[in-house]
Amino acid sequence: MRRTTSRLLRGIALLSALAMGATACGGSDDDSSGQKDVSAGDIQAALEKGGSVTVWAWEPTLKTVAADFQKKYPKVKINLVGERSGDKHYTALSNAISAEKGVPDVAQVEYFAMSQYALTKGLSDVAPFGADKLKAKYTPGPWNAVSEDKAVYGLPMDSGPMALFYNKKVFDKYKVAVPTTWDEYVDAARKLHKADPKVFIAADAGDAGLTTSLLWQAGSRPYKVDGTKVKIDFADANAKKYTDTWQKLIDEKLVAPINGWTDDWYKGLGDGTLATLPSGAWMPANFETGVKNASGDWRAAPMPAWTKGDKASTENGGSALTLPALGKNKELAYAFVEYANSGDGVATRIKEGAFPATTAELQDNAFLNKEFEYFGGQKANEIFAESAANVASDWSYLPFQQYANSIFNDTVGKAYISNTKLSAGLKSWQDASIKYGKEQGFTVE
Amino acid sequence: MSSTSSPVTTASQSASAQATGGSKGAPRLRTPRKTHVPGRPKRSVLLTVLTGLILVYTVVPLLWLVISATKSQEGLANSSGLWFSSDFALWDNISETFSYNDGIFVRWLLNTLLYVVLGAGGATLLAILGGYALAKFTFPGKRAVFAVVIGAVAVPGTALAVPTFLMFSKMGLTDTPWAVIIPSLVSPFGLYLMWVFATEAIPTELMEAARIDGAGEIRTFFQVALPLLAPGTVTVLLFTTVATWNNYFLPLIMLKDPDWYPLTLGLDAWNNQAQTIGGDVIFNLVITGSLLTIIPLIAAFLLLQRFWQSGLAAGSVKE
Repeated sequence: MRRTTSRLLRGIALLSALAMGATACGGSDDDSSGQKDVSAGDIQAALEKGGSVTVWAWEPTLKTVAADFQKKYPKVKINLVGERSGDKHYTALSNAISAEKGVPDVAQVEYFAMSQYALTKGLSDVAPFGADKLKAKYTPGPWNAVSEDKAVYGLPMDSGPMALFYNKKVFDKYKVAVPTTWDEYVDAARKLHKADPKVFIAADAGDAGLTTSLLWQAGSRPYKVDGTKVKIDFADANAKKYTDTWQKLIDEKLVAPINGWTDDWYKGLGDGTLATLPSGAWMPANFETGVKNASGDWRAAPMPAWTKGDKASTENGGSALTLPALGKNKELAYAFVEYANSGDGVATRIKEGAFPATTAELQDNAFLNKEFEYFGGQKANEIFAESAANVASDWSYLPFQQYANSIFNDTVGKAYISNTKLSAGLKSWQDASIKYGKEQGFTVE
Repeated sequence: MSSTSSPVTTASQSASAQATGGSKGAPRLRTPRKTHVPGRPKRSVLLTVLTGLILVYTVVPLLWLVISATKSQEGLANSSGLWFSSDFALWDNISETFSYNDGIFVRWLLNTLLYVVLGAGGATLLAILGGYALAKFTFPGKRAVFAVVIGAVAVPGTALAVPTFLMFSKMGLTDTPWAVIIPSLVSPFGLYLMWVFATEAIPTELMEAARIDGAGEIRTFFQVALPLLAPGTVTVLLFTTVATWNNYFLPLIMLKDPDWYPLTLGLDAWNNQAQTIGGDVIFNLVITGSLLTIIPLIAAFLLLQRFWQSGLAAGSVKE
C-alpha cells in the first residue's frame, strides 16, 4: 500500500515537473554565481524588520527551537509545517519547486537527497551568507554531504554515526557474546536463533539506507560523482565482504522479514525477538518513545568491524536545513537555520534527544558523560562520538539517490524473498540506476 | 469503511432471509415440486459457510480495532492483537487523542465535517437536480449526456486526481479547502442513480396533474417531486458522504497545510511519526483516532439504513 502510494506520488511529481517545465522555461535564468555576499549586518537588519519564514521540517525538536527564536526576535514569525516526512515530504517539495508556487523558505533535506536538489538548482548556495566559514564546526561526514566545491547547500542539523544497539537481556539469557566483527555477528545470530527460534539477530526486509551504510563501512564506494558524470559499480572486493556476510544471514533465515518503523518492528524491539539493531546515533530518542516497555534491556556497542581491529564506521540518516532557491525572505530563513543548527538551537535540540553534527558538542564532557537511563545508565554518547570520529568522509550518494532508493525493493529486495543472490540483486539495482541516470541526462558508467 | 460495511449489511440480510424462509415452511403454500423451488427449506451449506467467512472477514478487523483502542502504546506491544491487555486505557486514549498537539484532532474532525457538508451535500443536491431534469424532461443532447455520465462512472476518481491537481495548481486553488470540496461536488454515480430513481419514483401523470392545478415548475419540483425522491436522496447522500469522509488521495495531493487536513490525512501523519528520527510513536492514538473516525459513519448507516435499502431496490421490479 505504502509503495503504491509513493509510486503514484512519484508519477505526480514527474507529471507536474513536465507540465510546469514548459511554462517555466522563459522565466528564471538568473544564475546563483552572481550572488552577492550577505553581511551579518544585513541579516541583523532583516531580523529587526521582521517577517515570516515557512519551514518544512519534521524534526520534532524544531518546535522548541522555533518558539525560542520567536521569543528572541519577536518580529519574526516561524511557520513550522512538519506533518510530512520522507517520500511525501520530497514529493511535496519537488511539486512546489516545479510549480514555482508554495515553495517553503526553509526545507529539511536528508543527506542522501542533498545532491539531488543541489544539482537541479533547487537549493540556494548559502556560502554568501557566511555558511562557508562554519565548516570547522561540523564533523566531516555531514559537512561533506552539504557542500560541493565552494558551494554550501545547507547547514547540517543532525548526524547518524552508526552503532550496534543490542538487547542485553537476550544476549545474557542465552550467554552469547556481543559481536565485535560481522563474522561474530553471524555466529551470534545462529546461536540465538538456535536457542530460541523466535529470536532473530535483526529485522531486515531490504532497506536501501542500511545496505548503503554497511557498504560504506566495508570500504566499498559504489557511487562516484563528478558533476554530471556518475559511476555506479557494486562489484568491488569490499562490496563482496558485505554480500557474503549478509547472504548467510538471509539464506539461514537469521534476519526477521520485518520492515523497519512498522508496528511489528517496534513490537519486536520491545519483546526480545529482535536481538540487535544497527542504526544511527539518533535512535535513542525513538527507543525512549516507541519501545518504552524494554527500558533497561538495551545497550549500545560499536558497530561490528569487517576485519578484526578495524575501526571504520559509517553514517545512517541525518539531515540538513536548506534554503530552497525559490523561497522568500532569504536573510531571515538563513538566520533561523543558523540559529537552529549552529547557534543556541543546538543545545536545545540535544537536550530534547537529537544527536548533533557539531564537533564542539560531540566533544563536550557533559554530552559525553550523559548517562542514558534507557540504556541502564550507559554513557552511550561516548560510543556514538567515537563512531562519528571514525566515519570515512569520501562517501557520496547519487544525484538521484531518492529515486534509486525507491527501486531498491524491486531489485535488491528480491534477494530477501526469492532465490536471487544479494550480489545479483545489487547488480540489477546498479543496472536500473544507470538506466534512470541516463534518462535524466547524466553521463553514467 | 464503505467497502467493509456494506457487504456486512447485504450478507446478514441474505442470511436472515434464508433463515426465515427455512423456518416458516413457506413451500406448503406452493405446488410441491422436487427441484428448483425458490425458498425451499433446505439450507445451502456452501452459502452458509460462505456467508460466515465473509462475516468473519469483515468483522475481525473491526474487532481488532475496538480491542486495540483500549490499549496503551506499551500494551499494544505486549499483548496479542485479538484480546485485551491488562491495562484498560480507552478513556485515556480518547482524551489524549482529542488533546494531543493542541487538539489538532478536533480541527481535523471539523475539516472533515466541512468537506462532507459542502462536498457531499453539494454533490447530492446537484445529483437530485440533474437526475430529475434528465428523467423528466426531454431536450436535445440527452443521449450524449447519458453517454458522458455512464463513461464518467467508469473512470476512477484516483485517475483524475493528477490532472485535477495540475489544473487547480494553475488556478492557485491548491492548499485551500476548495481543492477538496470542488472535486467532491461531482458524483456521476449519484447522478445516474437519481436519474434512474426519478424515472421510476415520479409518475409523469402526477407532474401533469400538478401543472394542470397551476403549479409552476419550481413548485412542482419542490412540493411534488422532492418528497417522492427522499429515499433516493438519502441513498445518494450516504454514498457521497462515505466517499468524502474516507477520501484520502485527493486531499493528499491537494493539501500541504495540516490545518486543512481531513481526518484521513491527519491519522496518516500521526502514523508516520513513528518513521521519523526522534518522532513521537503514538500508534495507540492512531488506532483510537481511527475508531473515532468510523463511529459517525457507522451511526449514519444505522440511522439511514431503511432509506438506503428502499432506495437501492427502487426500479428493480416492474410494477
